[in-house]
Amino acid sequence: MTRKAAHAHPEEDDALVRRLRAGDEAAFEEVVRLHAGRLLAVVRRFLPREEDARDAVQDAFLAAFRALDQFTGSARLSTWLHRIAVNAALMKLRARSRRPEEPIEELLPRFHEDGVLADTPRDWPGGADALLEKEEVRQTVRRSIDRLPEGYREVLLLRDIEELDTEETARLLGLTAGAVKVRLHRARLALRTLLAAEMETGTP
Amino acid sequence: MNCKEFVDFIMAYLNDELPAGERAEFERHISDCPPCITFLDTYRKTVDLERRAYDDVEVKRPSMAEAPETLVQAILAARRKGGGGGA
Repeated sequence: MTRKAAHAHPEEDDALVRRLRAGDEAAFEEVVRLHAGRLLAVVRRFLPREEDARDAVQDAFLAAFRALDQFTGSARLSTWLHRIAVNAALMKLRARSRRPEEPIEELLPRFHEDGVLADTPRDWPGGADALLEKEEVRQTVRRSIDRLPEGYREVLLLRDIEELDTEETARLLGLTAGAVKVRLHRARLALRTLLAAEMETGTP
Repeated sequence: MNCKEFVDFIMAYLNDELPAGERAEFERHISDCPPCITFLDTYRKTVDLERRAYDDVEVKRPSMAEAPETLVQAILAARRKGGGGGA
């Protein structure tokens, strides 16, 4: 969580937190209006059901308001809230009755018995920069991430989108560091398969 | 090293985590296997694309991050009911 949008200067964060600690009703509304939309966007990646995502954002704000004493100002308020929201999303995922893990095997590359790639990969036209200029490519990538089995999607989101390191991801998910690495690689391979179907035609 | 082992090692290779011997085998395989060159290239592109897939939400288009009014009101009401701190 290193490259988050800056909505306020640190001094403004401090002033706002002082008002929150003093129980200033208007300050609570201000902080919710300032950050709820962005946090909802973050949480939706983990929780595709809108109702779950909104619940997690609400849980995150209530947890943050209870923990105001722990806000030290060493991180930006937006970063601090972001971290709490990701935790709330993960807790929501854990709390939900877990469906059996969807298999990822059918999205992984296939090989002949001698270990040779069964499907010959084709080039994707255009570099990442040019591709990301197109809104439809962005949408395709996000939709494809949403299609990853949950146990793989959450690892990809934490490692590649939230930019947590392997150890922190392992701790949050209750996995070993080795399992996080395996899942991240498989998640990327599966995503590559999903994107290849769109990109190889040149009209994602 | 065959294609399957090559694919297994891609992430470790890109993270520079392969021991020297395996790294040399990895590079030997790719010098001799055009499909794996393309595979590696599209894997890299996948990572580039997914890592930046949400950048616009957070940086370029703050309007996409507007909070629904019903959510704002629900959070404030839950706090007043004693769910959150502050005085």
